[in-house]
Amino acid sequence: MSGFFKSSIGRKVAMALSAFFLMFFLIIHLAVNITSVFSEDVFNELSHFMGTNPAVQFALQPVLIFGVVFHFVMGFVLELKNRKALGVSYAKNNGAANSTWMSRNMIYSGLVILAFLVLHFIDFWIPEINVKYIKGDMSGMHGGEYRYFHEIVAKFESPTRVVAYVVSFILLALHLLHGFTSAFQSMGSTAGRKKALQKFGKIYSFIIPLGFIIVAVYHHFNHH
Amino acid sequence: MSGKGMNLTLKIWRQKDAQSKGKMQTYKVNDISEHMSFLEMMDVLNEQLIAEGDEPVAFDHDCREGICGMCSLYINGEAHGPDRGVTTCQLHMRMFNDGDTIYIEPFRAAAFPVIKDLVVDRSAFERIQQAGGYISVNTSGNTQDANAIPISKHAADEAMDAATCIGCGACVATCKNSSAMLFVGAKVSQYALLPQGQIEAADRVKNMVAQMDLEGFGNCTNTGACEIECPKGISLDNIARMNRELIKASVK
Repeated sequence: MSGFFKSSIGRKVAMALSAFFLMFFLIIHLAVNITSVFSEDVFNELSHFMGTNPAVQFALQPVLIFGVVFHFVMGFVLELKNRKALGVSYAKNNGAANSTWMSRNMIYSGLVILAFLVLHFIDFWIPEINVKYIKGDMSGMHGGEYRYFHEIVAKFESPTRVVAYVVSFILLALHLLHGFTSAFQSMGSTAGRKKALQKFGKIYSFIIPLGFIIVAVYHHFNHH
Repeated sequence: MSGKGMNLTLKIWRQKDAQSKGKMQTYKVNDISEHMSFLEMMDVLNEQLIAEGDEPVAFDHDCREGICGMCSLYINGEAHGPDRGVTTCQLHMRMFNDGDTIYIEPFRAAAFPVIKDLVVDRSAFERIQQAGGYISVNTSGNTQDANAIPISKHAADEAMDAATCIGCGACVATCKNSSAMLFVGAKVSQYALLPQGQIEAADRVKNMVAQMDLEGFGNCTNTGACEIECPKGISLDNIARMNRELIKASVK
């Protein structure tokens, strides 16, 4: 079995498995975030639960971080191996004649998402770790009320941050548009090539980034 | 087109031998009939070059009826040129217009080194086939009649579709990763779908994929370009089947 994951196909399967996990995570993340548009209280409660529940913090969070790191490290490894497999570049190459822009540029949409994750960690994750595990304040409170909603509103005050987030989410949509169906193919399933799943993949790739864009833009224009 | 043929500018990769560095060179051909095949146009160019005392352009060709898999060429940025479902020998000059500039390059991949001009060494495909692309039949004298083994129409059709792969290498040439997975997927599938192929199925897929990796082909990223450029229309489903076969063989 260890030989399997060293083979070209094994690496594709590993890439697809981590992709499925991350695509599932995106649904959870958006489900929590979108509540901030409808209810400050619900968002605060959910954020506090996610931020303090030991199972989420010490079991799911490490798995998630491993999944993210694995996906992009493997992405780089595959990209480097693929570049090594190429011969002399063509003087004229008409890639658009037989494939989509998204499928040919996963490494670039991926790099933008990675850059976004760095920004996102600096914005939210590092301050959270600082408050909870360095300062040791697990109350989730600030000035007598939950801090989570106020933090998200404060972050999206900056128009540059909102623009950076929106651009990243557009690239995420392009990444998902190819990645969703591609993952099925790598797992050995032709389901990703069937109409129904292609339609579902398109809807997913559109709805998830759009949801995150709505959250960022909504709080930018609705800060109290 | 009435009467007069096309005048074309050709930009062709010239390379003396495997060791030399090559470069693109420009040639002119005149009065090319739209009814010619692309290789006949190349023949006209070579006759012209020979008459002028120049070295003719080396390119692979054999049957010239789209079945042997010898002809290659990356024409105007596409394997076997702009037409669909054809090899270069079946590509007609009517796909081009008078005054066009046509880029003609060898199939590119680290695993397909150029031997001379437009001729590349595709023996990596042979070695992948030798690693498992066969069935062992006991020929002791009491061999079972193949027709006595029932095979569903659906499986027979899919196996036949996979078996139409002529091993030309267009999939590798067109792939942004120089992946050979459409070729190997087809070769694995044509046996995986039939009862005769079951006995050696696990070893076959393992050995063929291992040889494919050893030859230095890239990893499939499912762009689907190979399926579109394949002169035989080999389906991407064959890559999914190969992945499935390898997963199955590895968990055993």
